[in-house]
Amino acid sequence: MNASLLSRSAALVLTLGLGGTASLAVAQEPAASAQAAEAAPGDTHIGLIYRPEIAPSSYDAEAAPEDEGVAGARMAVKDNNTTGRFTKQTYALDEVALTEGRSAVDAARDLVGKGIRYLVLALPADEVLAVADAVKGEGVTVFNTAAPDDRLRGAECRKNVFHVIPSRAMQTDALAQFFTLMRWRKMFLIVGPNDNDKLYADAFRASAKKFSLKITAEKPWTFGPLAKARGDTPTRSEAMVFTRGVDYDLAIVADEANDWGDYVPFRTVDPRPVAGTQGLIAATWHPTLETWGAAQAQNRFRRLAGRLMRPLDYQVWAAVRSVGEAATQKKTADPAVLAPYFADPAFSLPAYKGVSLTYRPWDHQLRQPIIVVQPKAMVTVAPEQGFTHQRTPLDTLGVDLPETACQF
Amino acid sequence: MSLGFKAGVCVAALVGATMALTATAQAYTVYVTNEKGNTVSVIDTATMAVTGTWKVGRRPRGVTTSKDGKELFVCASDDDRIDVLDTATGKVVRSLRSGPDPEQFILGPGGNPLYVANEDDSQVTVIDIEKNKVLAEVPVGVEPEGMGLSPDGKILVNTSETTNMAHFIDTTTFQVIDNVLVDARPRFAEFTSDGKFLWVSAEVGGTISIIDVAARRVIKKITFKIPGVNDEAIQPVGIRITKDGTKAFAALGPANRIAVIDAKTYEVQKYLPVGQRVWQLAFTPDQKYLFSTNGSSNDVSVVDVEADKVIKSIPVGLLPWGVTVSPN
Repeated sequence: MNASLLSRSAALVLTLGLGGTASLAVAQEPAASAQAAEAAPGDTHIGLIYRPEIAPSSYDAEAAPEDEGVAGARMAVKDNNTTGRFTKQTYALDEVALTEGRSAVDAARDLVGKGIRYLVLALPADEVLAVADAVKGEGVTVFNTAAPDDRLRGAECRKNVFHVIPSRAMQTDALAQFFTLMRWRKMFLIVGPNDNDKLYADAFRASAKKFSLKITAEKPWTFGPLAKARGDTPTRSEAMVFTRGVDYDLAIVADEANDWGDYVPFRTVDPRPVAGTQGLIAATWHPTLETWGAAQAQNRFRRLAGRLMRPLDYQVWAAVRSVGEAATQKKTADPAVLAPYFADPAFSLPAYKGVSLTYRPWDHQLRQPIIVVQPKAMVTVAPEQGFTHQRTPLDTLGVDLPETACQF
Repeated sequence: MSLGFKAGVCVAALVGATMALTATAQAYTVYVTNEKGNTVSVIDTATMAVTGTWKVGRRPRGVTTSKDGKELFVCASDDDRIDVLDTATGKVVRSLRSGPDPEQFILGPGGNPLYVANEDDSQVTVIDIEKNKVLAEVPVGVEPEGMGLSPDGKILVNTSETTNMAHFIDTTTFQVIDNVLVDARPRFAEFTSDGKFLWVSAEVGGTISIIDVAARRVIKKITFKIPGVNDEAIQPVGIRITKDGTKAFAALGPANRIAVIDAKTYEVQKYLPVGQRVWQLAFTPDQKYLFSTNGSSNDVSVVDVEADKVIKSIPVGLLPWGVTVSPN
């Protein structure tokens, strides 16, 4: 399940006294159902397809809320409608929570059959591709909010898909730029057992090469999901000595499932900081982000959802707002007008990042500053000062036009 | 605690000029809200030094004085109220029911009512400040912030940061009469003194739109270019236009500059280096000096308006946001 990888990697350890736990416990309707919110004729409908996170079996301080991502969509539709009051445009959200065994393609076909032309997906890469191919030729724009896979922006890119979530390459480039700035050169890469961990490690290796960092050692993690073990579990000595005799400045953990990465900090033989999927991470959103008007979005979200905004909420918000913002700018919600406009350099999305965000025409990836953050504080924002690019510094993150393998 | 860091005081590009205060210049009092300090810094223009620091509600942002200068109004955004201070004592004497998250406001030309942008609540609240009574709530776009009032007080303009519009509101009916789309994240609205034009800054768009008030149409967009500064760092926020309508100043945020603009030709004439992340601006009533709040360097820059020169930077509290000057 990688639908909410980026969201879970941003550790929400801030305790802000939300008092909203009761509302989080509201049970999700188990059957896959499309709920149209106050649909009226003339509304522009936006479909959201997601798989609700399976509730953890026991106490989990950072359990993913059942409305993760969905709450971001609800806020965005509200924002679209507030603006729409002045432009005479109205929006409605059609939420489809996929149950076990229910195909995303079937859900997408149902929505398209009802006339919906904007689909927001919080799904893994394979399902994004399947949906994109199934609705090809129907004039549908698909937004990918949860799959960071570089292949979706490369060899397997699709013309009808726009990627709000940064690719893994963008995430690891953001970290690598910061390490370069700090002159931390020697990296010890620790790679988890899952396919996504290997993809993350691939992306990190490419970033290291791009920014002249040295990977002085690389080892697979073979000790199981120790971060999920209880605190009173005896410390595994082989996991501790595992870091002995390595010459490195920084340990990079590749653990997208959050199984063991958090076990590494403070358990290395030499005192070394940890970054990657845990420790210092690259993210689209974090509870400590408050600049560029983000404080307002954080407050609005908290009032609406009764919890802190997570990266997936932000990514889904940005996808739904892309539709609203493009419709405001073009003065129409006609899919035939908006579909080509998303990739137009004239289209930009203000999204609490200090600059307007645009989609790269060559692979439809949303250009964006990426925040580099430790569990309780923002550390920096990529691109770092001094990394320049003839187009925009934002293009120092991820795969650039000359290197792209994408052909629409 | 997150506020425990030491703020590095940046000396903001001091031109090294000594204070050019003449004996005839009248002394005014400058009030600066410190968003993270929960205080107001008080500056005497005779000495250009901080003479007091007053405690107010949480997250103070917008600030203005009553027409007689005896009261100071401060948006205490996180306390959902407006604090009213007695400027003689520096004490909060009462609070106004502002509605949630007041950010910026503007006082009617007669000194009442107060028009408040409620940032978290997509509305503008109109308050009778004497009766402490809400007269109207006007629904506007997402994240309302900038507030401009035509010189005759008949048209109120609010900018909404996420809807990206300037909303024109009739102050007798409290109805939105028109909306003008501007560039991304409009932060500030300022009428020219003849009421014919409205200047609206767009922080993320990086522009200032000049709107013909009668036609309610954008007639010109001012853009900025600073050698050695990324275009993305040029983020216009506060705008002030001289009473004679010849010159305008625009604070450019993380570009750490104030642009000096010919208000007739709309040509940018000069960029004045100030402190870091400059947002809001205020003239002294005689328009000899302009003050800017520099949030990241925790100081205020003083501009000599006639000479277009930064003459001093004054350290204030944590994250200075708003600034206003006493009328007398």
